[in-house]
Amino acid sequence: MTAKKRVPTRFLSKVTTGVRGFDQLSRGGLPRNRTSLVMGGPGTGKTVFALQTLVNAASAQKQSGIFVAFEEAAEEIFANAATFGWGLPALSRKTLFFFDAQLSPSVVQSGDFDLTGMLAVLEAKKRELRAGWIVFDGIDVLLRLLQNPAGEMREIYRIRDWLAHNDLTAIITAKADGDSSKPLSYGFMQFMVDCVIRFDRRLEQEIPVRRLEITKYRGSDFAAGEFPLSFGPNGMEVAAPGTEIRHEASTERVSCGFEGLDSMLGGGLFRGSSTLVTGAPGTSKTTLAGQFAQSACLRGERTLFVSFDEGGERIRRNLTSVGIHLEPHVRSGLLHMYSGRTDVTNPEEHLIRIAALLLEHKPSCMVIDPLSAIGRTGALSAAGAIGNRLIYKVQDQRITSFITSLVDGEDPQAEATALQISTIADTWIHLSYLVRGGERNRALTIVKSRGTQHSNQVRELMLSAAGPKLADVYSSGGEVLMGTLRWEKEAEESARKLQRRAEFTHKRRELEFAEADIAARIAALQLDLERQRAELALYTRDSEAQHVSSGELKNEVRRLRSADAATTAAPTPGKRRAGHVSANSRKNGGGQERRHDP
Amino acid sequence: MTRKRKKAVTAEVPITTVVVMCLYVAGKAPNSVKAIANLKAICRRYMKDGYKLEIVDVCEHPRRALAAGVVVTPSLAKVSPAPSANLIGNLSDTGSVLAALGLNAETMQ
Repeated sequence: MTAKKRVPTRFLSKVTTGVRGFDQLSRGGLPRNRTSLVMGGPGTGKTVFALQTLVNAASAQKQSGIFVAFEEAAEEIFANAATFGWGLPALSRKTLFFFDAQLSPSVVQSGDFDLTGMLAVLEAKKRELRAGWIVFDGIDVLLRLLQNPAGEMREIYRIRDWLAHNDLTAIITAKADGDSSKPLSYGFMQFMVDCVIRFDRRLEQEIPVRRLEITKYRGSDFAAGEFPLSFGPNGMEVAAPGTEIRHEASTERVSCGFEGLDSMLGGGLFRGSSTLVTGAPGTSKTTLAGQFAQSACLRGERTLFVSFDEGGERIRRNLTSVGIHLEPHVRSGLLHMYSGRTDVTNPEEHLIRIAALLLEHKPSCMVIDPLSAIGRTGALSAAGAIGNRLIYKVQDQRITSFITSLVDGEDPQAEATALQISTIADTWIHLSYLVRGGERNRALTIVKSRGTQHSNQVRELMLSAAGPKLADVYSSGGEVLMGTLRWEKEAEESARKLQRRAEFTHKRRELEFAEADIAARIAALQLDLERQRAELALYTRDSEAQHVSSGELKNEVRRLRSADAATTAAPTPGKRRAGHVSANSRKNGGGQERRHDP
Repeated sequence: MTRKRKKAVTAEVPITTVVVMCLYVAGKAPNSVKAIANLKAICRRYMKDGYKLEIVDVCEHPRRALAAGVVVTPSLAKVSPAPSANLIGNLSDTGSVLAALGLNAETMQ
């Protein structure tokens, strides 16, 4: 076969791999029409990476590919890959071709051989499929048969020339020695290819941790360092970190589920903020989280509830006892509950699974209960980093999060040193017990709440079938009263109030009585007055009548005596008196009749 | 099935079994050329009873190679008599070729 001179493309063009996180690390994927080398020990994920890339090319980019399997039977690889949600069986043979390049164990070797024939076959297949991708999986298995380093190198160069000639984007996987400190047996291959990705698997405190590192990428920038990877339901995912903090700062308030806490926080949590709830076992962290989740669902927001070491169903049952009903929201699909085990899974894997769930469920609110559980396995430092990454990831997606963390003992600082996530959480609520007067009562404190005027008071958290409630605490003599003591204090206070009310009522009655008494007396006096007046009027009329009749008598006498000199003068005083009487009688209300009487 | 480079040589002696083989080569690749030469020499020397050799150029007949599961070239398949055998390489090691084909170097000699 004649090798054409390789013509490099002017601009480095990249093809996405569809491996979540890897495209970010590699700033866009693998180099187009170039060869990438994937190396690593057994069980590190080389084959999955290559296959996932191929499947992605076939389904997302409509580019067909060829998978050359040197190590495993093609059927086996196909069957293994079918467990991932790639829809591999749906991809027709026209888009994905598996070439079984596994030599039967009964094959006898006699002398030198080469790959010319295989490449000729593949070239024909490539033309037939118009393939853009090719994967050589486990090429070292075949090359080792040559038992000749020079021969191995010759065949690798043959492949390289063939790839360049055929304009194929290629992935070659090869086993590296388990010990990463040793020089690689295919060192020259790393110089030959344009991109080298190393996979590594090691045990960290008995938990296997898989990592990936891009060690070389010609003509391209890439994220340096090792990055954890894991296998989710959709295949391999790499935990790629964001570089910059770009969180939107929302001023919208989101209720955390009950009024008492909202008002303590100055109206609720900021949308997109993270709230850390720390507390000893049994301080009802989960209840607060459940309340938050319920209120989010009631607002119609998609919510994700991640719990560790406790099943979602059990959490729902337990929360029902305090009046939190999550079941209907789970049924409606608004709430998704995911329960992870922490005894066997490493923290990275949890992070990746949660990240996958975030993409899948697209929640706007989420709960992690408790985050501290992931620190139980693996290195604690790693768990701290995971916690950080998780919160950043959640904040990046503007998800309002409610994260609980278990603290042993009463000192909230213990948490700060253990996972060190309190610094990046926006709000920190600490739950504790106060033991006094033979009782253990729950107390809630807001340690911090960024950008919010929050209450500095310790409140008592009370649980009932109607949901959690916050009660003001009494401080008496410098001591905070809770539980029965508070109840007693409250009872005392209300008794005093009742007494005061009774006293007041009594006093008012007394006053009312006095008022009524006076009014009655006034009425009696009035009656008396009227009687007096009536008497006076009666008396006046009598005297007038007497006066008039005496005047008439005189006139009569004068008339009879025919004396007319005094006739005009005589009635005048009588008229004047009558006018005076009428004024008086008007007041009495009965004098008018009397005035006309004469 | 097209056989462009069919080279069947049937021996005159009719009583013994005829070895049927198929050699897959890749054009004029050095190992393929060597394999043809080596195999022909072995056939001439050890397969007096007769043999049937088909040489397939996979560059021209990739589909045949694919169907036969040929991975590397040169590759020799013994079709009959049973048991069948597969060999890879330029067949420079005569001993292993004879052993794989079920021929005994001493008796044949």
